[in-house]
Amino acid sequence: MNRQIAHLFGLVLVLFGLLVVFTSRWTIFEAKGLQHQTANRRPLLEEQRVPRGYIYADDGTILARDVRKGKGSTLRYVRTYPLGSLFSHAVGYSFITQGSAGLEREENDALAGRHNEFTSIVDELAGHKQEGDDLRTTLDPAAQRAALAGLAGRPGSVVALDPSTGKVRVLANVPSYDPNQIGQGTRQAGSSLLNRATQGQYAPGSTMKVVTATAAIDSGRYTPDSVVSGKSPKIIGGVTLSNCCTEGSGSFGPLTLTQALTDSVNTVWGEVGEKLGNDLMFKYMNRFGFDKKPPIELPSGELTASGVRGKGGRLLGPSDDIDIGRVAIGQERLGVTPLQMALVAATVANHGKLMKAQLVDKVVAPDGRVRDTVQPAEVTQVMKPDTADKVTAMMESVVKQGTGTAAQIPGITVAGKTGTAEVANGTANQAWFIAFGPVPNPKVAIAVTVERTQGEGGTVAAPIAKQVMEVLLREHR
Amino acid sequence: MSARSRELFGLLPVTLLVTAGFTAVLITRSAQTGTVTITYGAIFLGCCLFAHIFIRIRLPDADPYMFPLAALLAAFGLVMIYRIDPSFALKQAGWFVFGLLLFCATIVFLRDYRVLERYRYTIAAVSLGLLLLPRVPGIGVNSNGAYLAIHFGSLQFQPAEFSKIGIVIFLASYLRETRDVLVRGRLPRISLKHFGPLLLIWGMAMIMLVLIRDLGSSLMFFGAFLAMLYVATSRISFVVAGLGLFAGGAVFFANHVQHVHDRVTIWLHPFRPDLVNDRAYQIAQGLFAQADGGLFGQGLGQSLLTVTGSNGQPVTILPAAKTDLIYAVITNELGLFGAAGVILAYMLLVERGFKTALISHDGFSKLLAAGLSAVVALQVFVIVGGVTRVIPLTGVTLPFISYGGSSIVANLVVLALLLILSDASRKAPAERGGVV
Repeated sequence: MNRQIAHLFGLVLVLFGLLVVFTSRWTIFEAKGLQHQTANRRPLLEEQRVPRGYIYADDGTILARDVRKGKGSTLRYVRTYPLGSLFSHAVGYSFITQGSAGLEREENDALAGRHNEFTSIVDELAGHKQEGDDLRTTLDPAAQRAALAGLAGRPGSVVALDPSTGKVRVLANVPSYDPNQIGQGTRQAGSSLLNRATQGQYAPGSTMKVVTATAAIDSGRYTPDSVVSGKSPKIIGGVTLSNCCTEGSGSFGPLTLTQALTDSVNTVWGEVGEKLGNDLMFKYMNRFGFDKKPPIELPSGELTASGVRGKGGRLLGPSDDIDIGRVAIGQERLGVTPLQMALVAATVANHGKLMKAQLVDKVVAPDGRVRDTVQPAEVTQVMKPDTADKVTAMMESVVKQGTGTAAQIPGITVAGKTGTAEVANGTANQAWFIAFGPVPNPKVAIAVTVERTQGEGGTVAAPIAKQVMEVLLREHR
Repeated sequence: MSARSRELFGLLPVTLLVTAGFTAVLITRSAQTGTVTITYGAIFLGCCLFAHIFIRIRLPDADPYMFPLAALLAAFGLVMIYRIDPSFALKQAGWFVFGLLLFCATIVFLRDYRVLERYRYTIAAVSLGLLLLPRVPGIGVNSNGAYLAIHFGSLQFQPAEFSKIGIVIFLASYLRETRDVLVRGRLPRISLKHFGPLLLIWGMAMIMLVLIRDLGSSLMFFGAFLAMLYVATSRISFVVAGLGLFAGGAVFFANHVQHVHDRVTIWLHPFRPDLVNDRAYQIAQGLFAQADGGLFGQGLGQSLLTVTGSNGQPVTILPAAKTDLIYAVITNELGLFGAAGVILAYMLLVERGFKTALISHDGFSKLLAAGLSAVVALQVFVIVGGVTRVIPLTGVTLPFISYGGSSIVANLVVLALLLILSDASRKAPAERGGVV
């Protein structure tokens, strides 16, 4: 019987070996896969046991912090947002059951203190407790409040940034949500979760003429003094276009491009767009960042590209059948985000150089050490500096004596462009204003949009831009 | 050094381990170590010392490693249970003490274990009766669809833990007597005489599948039977035929008994979206816990078992942590190394059991030692294999470690039997004047 007993023990060894093999499979070889299973809440739960870094505004105001709950093995940290809904879409939220959004999601590794595998093993051996890093953002609470006060509950969006660095000062949407309520499991209206500034798809109206003017002048095909007929109606894209019903109404004689921008004459810019053609228009749109998700530290799912959208939301290109004359005046099937239009203004303000929009200024370790200072990053030179100067002068004229006079700030030169796009079959307007100032050394670029209003860009959006710029420029002095 | 002194030395690291373990858990719990941990260690050492002295007097020649290994596993189990829920650790400690008393009683009353052969049919009948008790209305308990426990008032009892001992005793005795008949002739003839017992036991395993509805324990029982049959007859053909019959039966019931079918489905597809948060929750969460363990684990006391939900109520994210899924907790906290260490401890314990079988002098002792070792090994395989998804997860306990009075008491009785067998086997040559 002894031989059989030995065999039996051999079998037991094989079976136990199998158990060790399978344990290795789950703990080592397939651990990553298991940790990424959607039903696996452990990674998120583990994070809640690490004190998460705070998020600060640029003036040191706390935007997000931790509250300690429980002790021992039930110890966990729960997020709270002292300013409620003020910065909801930029900061986002992070909760076990509700998941995460905004900077909380995009900068999770830093906030949760996950730098890299090596340092965390060293920390563990040295007995250091894992702790998250703080984020110092570029956001400005006073200007954000001014923006929300300006919107005054009307659905819309305000984005303001520093044109030379891309540092975002204001990212305000109406409606917004209170992240603390999300943490309590209160269901939020879906529309309030939408980050209009980075996801909204609005017809840009005449603010698009800044892009068209850039293409016209930078390509050498036009100068600000080129004269174009301002008669109305004209046939654009095979269909009658008239300067009707909105700003720049009526028929004009021959106009310079500067005059045509100042009074926002559709038939001039429609003709310019058509003459430039699809390729040239798309070349400059793409340089401004159209057709790509905007460059900013937010989760990809909270960003939408601006562009001409065909069936099923597909982005159309220069070879598609497009009425480019109407694209040039911000109509057609063009949909843009407020952030994109703010970047258009910022690019002109920054002498033609497009900077990456930036929400995070510094990453600071728990001991106060600055772990990382985010450097301003150039995306591309969209136009020659000379072109930028010319477009700036044209936009100055808009605020000085054109449709954008409501944005004038005493003692400061502001450059801007209004926009009013008809929506809901012409029963309401999407009001726009993009601007920057002070010229010649702009510190602020801004885009303001208000949905479904009866007013126009110059009367509804421009005053909001003025209020926000005043707050930001006052701080700069 | 005498066998007993080696045993005593073997207990020292066990005591250190239990003290260190409790300290680690307490530190993570609330930073109040103090004297409590020393007390736990001292009490445990006291119990083990008592058992050791008892063995020294009654079974002086018994294997010196078995008891320290079992004590190691039990101590480790106490630490884990304490870590999961301190109130259960106290109960488990009570059961451990009761188990040690039964352990001693077994050694006293079964000094001559061969009397067991005389009562083999009684033992078999009682064991079978015990197995079926959970189906008796009023006292039976249905847990996750399986019938494994009965209750008297607030006390729960898992009869299978004890019937496994009885059935191994019966089989050892029965096979010792009939093995000559079974192996006669070059090829086993197809006759009722040869296959009758095999068919009977197979039928029993199938009845267990249907009545108790537990694939794991029927696999354990039938596996132990095949192991003993193989040791007794050395006929691999019996084993193959037996495995074929069992597999056929298992497949049949997997397709026709809903509960068994469910167990197989969640074993094959634990992450299917309709199952993962429902019937497969336990196995899926067990795997997630293991994945977080990595190589070295999160540390004792660090495992996430429950969280506070948004309504303030605790939500269990690792169900049955102190029983079925205790291996997942071990892996989570001590990593692959800790888990492999536990498997190694079982391997060594089983090795001592098989060693006892090897050096035993008579067929009954050999079969009994091999059968008891095999049943412990299979039980480990069934539950750890279930948690690691080698086989469908079923509700048997991890011997000596899992929470459960029946389990710890029954396994201490198994240990007592193995020590009695070992003492007899190691003593016999000396008594006959041979050389040790």
